[in-house]
This record gives sequence, structure tokens and C-alpha cells, in this order.
Amino acid sequence: MPETLTEPTTVALSDHLRALEAESVHIMREVVAEFERPVMLYSIGKDSSVLLRLAQKAFYPGPIPFPLLHIDTTYKFREMIEFRDRYVAEIGGRLIVHTNTDAIAEGTQPFKVGTKACCGALKTRGLLDALTAGNYDAAFGGARRDEERSRAKERIFSLRDPNGQWDPKNQRPELWQLLNARIRPGESIRVFPLSNWTEIDVWSYIHAEQIPVVPLYYAKEREMIVRGDMLISTEQPFVPRMPGEKPQLVKCRMRSLGCSPCTGAVRSDADTIPKIIEELVAAKNSERQLRVIDHDQDGSMEMKKREGYF
Amino acid sequence: MADLLRICTAGSVDDGKSTLIGRLLYDSRSVYEDQLHSVKKASKNRTAGPIDFSLFTDGLRAEREQGITIDVAYRYFATARRKFILADTPGHEQYTRNMATGASTADVAILLVDARHGVRVQSRRHAQIARLLGIHHFVLAVNKMDLMEFDRAVFDGIVDEFRTILPGANLHAIPISALHGDNVITESERTPWFKGQSLLEFLETVEVARDADTKPFRMAVQLVARPTHEFRGYAGQILSGIVHPGDLVTSWPSGRSSKVKRIVTWDGDLDMAKAGQSVTLTLEDELDTSRGDMLTIGDIEVGQRVRADVVWMDERPLDPGRLYLLKHSTRMVTAEVDHGLELNQIGSVTLSLARPIMFDHYSANRFTGSFILIDPTTNFTSGAGMIAEGLHVRGANAAARTGAAERLARLARTAPSDAEAVDAVRRALEELLS
Ligand SMILES: Nc1nc2c(ncn2[C@@H]2O[C@H](COP(=O)(O)OP(=O)(O)O)[C@@H](O)[C@H]2O)c(=O)[nH]1
Repeated sequence: MPETLTEPTTVALSDHLRALEAESVHIMREVVAEFERPVMLYSIGKDSSVLLRLAQKAFYPGPIPFPLLHIDTTYKFREMIEFRDRYVAEIGGRLIVHTNTDAIAEGTQPFKVGTKACCGALKTRGLLDALTAGNYDAAFGGARRDEERSRAKERIFSLRDPNGQWDPKNQRPELWQLLNARIRPGESIRVFPLSNWTEIDVWSYIHAEQIPVVPLYYAKEREMIVRGDMLISTEQPFVPRMPGEKPQLVKCRMRSLGCSPCTGAVRSDADTIPKIIEELVAAKNSERQLRVIDHDQDGSMEMKKREGYF
Repeated sequence: MADLLRICTAGSVDDGKSTLIGRLLYDSRSVYEDQLHSVKKASKNRTAGPIDFSLFTDGLRAEREQGITIDVAYRYFATARRKFILADTPGHEQYTRNMATGASTADVAILLVDARHGVRVQSRRHAQIARLLGIHHFVLAVNKMDLMEFDRAVFDGIVDEFRTILPGANLHAIPISALHGDNVITESERTPWFKGQSLLEFLETVEVARDADTKPFRMAVQLVARPTHEFRGYAGQILSGIVHPGDLVTSWPSGRSSKVKRIVTWDGDLDMAKAGQSVTLTLEDELDTSRGDMLTIGDIEVGQRVRADVVWMDERPLDPGRLYLLKHSTRMVTAEVDHGLELNQIGSVTLSLARPIMFDHYSANRFTGSFILIDPTTNFTSGAGMIAEGLHVRGANAAARTGAAERLARLARTAPSDAEAVDAVRRALEELLS
């Protein structure tokens, strides 16, 4: 665990973080009360870490009353998987790992089939298959409305048809704190308890609550392929190199975690949470710009959501 | 960052809402940045014009062309003083539904008008919906003042007219130019006659009545936590008021009371919990409380007939010949209505419920006074209701009787065997009649 987590941090939760926390806890409890088979999508990132802490709080003194589902593309950073196994065991979570093994067997990887097809097979298909296999009727996700344009209109309870797809025209209005949990057989919902959180809220909360996160978020010297503005991880051997390209040691960190070939790092000296927050405030780019996937085509997040992705 | 302010915005197409929001998001970030780094005021380029701020948000027009939802969008920004959640409600098409959704959680409504057009029918309607949804603080942003040469008479005329629409409301009117930034973040030199605060300053400092703590204690039970045989806790978010260990709380509809033993949270037991907090209460006595029940200090209205203002949001009209599902706090009941409503219509409706609900008037408590109506066929959230009064609310005795009947039915249903059911019901009856 990086030093930053063990630093004495006596930061009290601000009023607005308390309000966000209470709202998220309320949402989680509604889901557990009204759905038969909830599950939490656990992506190992900072938002998932916050979700887990909120779930611990919501059901205390009981255990988290649903399993955690990780869709493993097999291309995640090694440190993510290590963190996942250690942390989930530590908090006594029930972890289910699902991989689209057929697609992996066919050799699916981003440089062979393209990022869009790769995400489609390993993430979206993997997720839909895992949800169907578990017969889950509600799946928690860590998405926030401030992440991306099409998310700004996302509901807290996002209805999905039997194929897991999202119809942006057919969303139910959400008023007050009243959540409509009615679904028909085969339908399900995605639930976003962090809807009203911003990236800075998430970091501030992690800081105040001293929640462990994957060390990849903290700046450190890492071996990277430097290509223009992009810093690409060398973890997967299939990432093609341009002529003469050699990995270099670069002080950098990840702003969001995904598959190593498709998640760019940013040059950064931010090795503590306060420095990360400071960096974010100054940053002009939203975090998702660093994920290659969103740039495949205009509105690609909306497309992916319609197809069943979070 | 001190606290959280929830805002909703409304305006007709082309009044400049995207431009204004873009500017708030963009400029407030620079305010935040400045203050964080304690650098000098960056007011110079804040009033610069050429950036197209509407691109910074969304450009609803583009969305409409692509056939994407015209829907409430949520935006987030922060200054060193406050964090803001802004519900951006498109001012056309489904505007009644969008406005009601945005306003249902807002503390402040920003109503935008184009100085050239003055108050239009739609502005009037937006203001009335926001008011109906319980908003007390209004910002009237008179935009495009640059096109009217910042003429005071134009501004005053619009403000006077608006005051007649919202009599008695806290109305903070500001002459602005969203495009050029006048009076948005900083006060403009071009309106020397205007002595009020800029929009952002107002939002940073407006004192919204956070009186939820001073109201009677109410908590709707979401879940009964039973991790072990010894522990039985009632989990919920406190809707209003304050509670301490030792307080006598009543569980409705049964009307039975007990003292609070502990206020349990992951962060440790609390000496006190107040409106907005999500907690778990344990009680000294077993009250047979379950999800959908309400814990209160003191009385609450319990009834099966209410009159409410209902906003209808579904293309299928409200039909007095059909049954609907009504969700109020954590309780779902079947409801019938006395007359219909069309899409986007707002009307006063009398509802008859299959089981009682525990409520306050919406004007007294937003959370115990509101409900949604769900169409059981489509499961759509078709209506939003604000309770104006309870009808034939019987006395506390009768309320307790209704509660007792429910409790007996539950005891009978949940008993593991017929013999135990009979036994449980007999004991409960004896207790009631003693
Ligand atoms: N002159 C002037 N034009 C403005 C002002 N605010 C917005 N506009 C223009 O009015 C048009 C509509 O603005 P927009 O923000 O898209 O309106 P919306 O439909 O309400 O979101 C755009 O061409 C803006 O540039 C203003 O304060 N002054």
C-alpha cells in the first residue's frame, strides 16, 4: 500500500460529502429492499472502491448482501487484479469473476479486432452474459453523471430491456428520492448510487475515509511507450511498437483504470491524494479523454450504453 | 466547500440557457482554481466574449437533430464556498415533466427570460410549476441585456410583471448577458443602476431554509437489518427532524411506541442524528415494524384518502377507471383517482388508497408529502403528487385500528405454521384490547 494511505489524514467529511453519502446509502438500501437478485459491478477502480465502502456502511452491522462481479477482460493491469483479490478478501466480499473465454480463445485483442469490437466482446458481451448467468435483476455500477455527455441524463435507476439495452427515450422521470423499482420479467436495472458525485468528490471521499485504491493512481516512475502525447503500458506483449520505439521510464499515473493497452497514463507528479485533487482541479481534460474507447466515434458512450454497456 | 445547493434552471428555447450554464460551469471552475491556488482574481478574461459557451454544455439543438432525449441533464460545479448540483431542464416539449423533475429536489430555481421578449406564457408556466413543487427562492435572470443597451426600464418592466406571477416569493432579479458575462460571475460595469449581487455570488450566499431539522422527526423504514438473532435494526434515511437515543418514537400505522436504544452506523453509534442522514435505529421493544412503516416522534396523519396536486407525465392519460400504484416514502399501495388528467396537465386529484399511508402536507414536508404514481401495465412513472390535505382522516384511534388490522394480517401471514398464526393473532388481540 502506498505511503499516502497510511499518512495521518484527519480530514472530516464535508457537509456535501455527507449528503452525497447518505443519498447513495439510501439508493443501495432501496435496491436491496425491492429487488431479488442484486449484484455489484466491481471494476476495481476508485469509483468501485467508494461503492464498496458505501455498501459496507449501508448494511452495517450486516455484511454486504450481494456479490461483487468483475468482468475480467484478461487485459487489466496486473496491479488491479492483485489489489482486487487482496482487498475483496480483506473486507469479506463475495467475488464472482467472469471472462468471455470464447472470445479470448479466438484471440480477441484490441490490435487485432479494433478497440470497438474488443470492448464489445470482452466488456459488453461479457457483462451481459454474466448478468444473464447470474439471473441478476439489479446491477450497481459506479458511473457518475459528470463523466460524459450522455451520462448527464442518466437516471439513478436505469431500466434495461431483456437484452440489457438502454433506451434513452424511454426513461422514467425520477422525482424527490422516490425510486420506481417496478420491472417486468426479463427486464433489469442498472443502479448508479454515485450519480451526483463528481470526480473530485470521489477523491475527497477516498481521502477523508482513507479508502485503499490501486497504486496505479499514484504517480511513480513507470515503463511506458511514449507516442506523441500518449503513454502506453508495456504490460501486454501484443501492443505494437513503432520502429525504434523503446519503453522509457516516465513519472506518470492513471486517471482511470481499464485494460492496460487502452488506458493511457498521464505525466504527473501527484503521488498523494491532495496532489491528485489539485491536479484535477487544474486539469482541462475530463478523465475519459484518456480512455481510447470514447474516441472511436462521436457519441460512442451513448452507443455503447444502448448496446448494454454501463 | 461548505454545503450543497441544488438548483434547477428553466427558460424557453434560445433564451440563452446553454450559454449561461456553460459560462457558470466554465467560469466557476476558474474561480475555484484561483481560490485553491490563492492566486489573484482572474476576472479579466471572465468577461471576454468570443468563446461559445453553449458548446461547453450540450447544445440541445444538436441533440434534437440526432433524436436524442430532450431530458433533464445534471451538471456539477463548485466554488470554494459551495458545491452545486444543477438540474438543467429543457424548456420545451416535455417541459412540465422536466421542470417538475428538476424542481422536486431543487432549493433555488433560475428562470431565464430574453430581455427582448419579456415574460412569455412559458416563463409564467415554469415559474408556477417550480412554485408548486415547493421552491421558495427564485432567480429571475433577464438575459441578453446587451441587445437592449442595458436599459433599466426594460429590466424593471419584466421584474414587475414577474412579481405578479410569483407574489410573495423570494425573487432575486438580475440583468445579465450570458454571452458577455455581465453580472454572471462578477458585477458588471454596464449596469451601474443595478445594486444587487451577481448570479454566482447570489448562489454562493443564498440562505435556503434548511429547516428540515426543526420539523418533527420522521423516518421511513427501508429495511429491517437482522444480521444476528440479537440485533434488529430499522434502516432508513431521516426525512425530517432529529432523533436521540432515549427518544420515544412511534411506528405507524400500528401506532405502537418504543424508546430508541441505539443509532447505529458504520462509523460508530451516534448521540444524535438529523434530517438527511442514513442511519439504523434499534429500539428497546419489539414493534413488528417492517419496510413501508414510518417512525415518528409525535403524531402524523394516517389515511386512505388524500387530495393532492398531481403532475401528469405520461402520454397515456390518467384514467379514473384504472388502478395505479402509488409509491410514498418506502410504501407502495394501490390507488384510484376521482378524475383524469392529460399529459403535462396539473390538477387537484382525490386519491383513494387500498392501504393507509403516513403523510404530512407537501407544504410542510417535501418528503412525507410527495408520491409518485406508477402505471402497473407499463411500470412508467406517470404522475407526481403533492399532498394538499388528508380527507376523512379519522382520529388517532381509528388510525391505530387500521394499523392493528395490518399488523394482524402480517402476523398471520408470516407465522411459520397455522397454529402459531392463531397464537400470534390471539396475543396481539389481547394486547390491543387490554
Ligand atoms: N447578444 C446576446 N446573445 C446571447 C446571449 N445569450 C445567448 N445569446 C445567443 O442566443 C442564442 C441562443 O442561445 P442558447 O444558449 O443556445 O439558448 P438556449 O436555447 O436557451 O440554450 C445563441 O446564438 C447565443 O449566442 C446574450 O446575453 N446576449
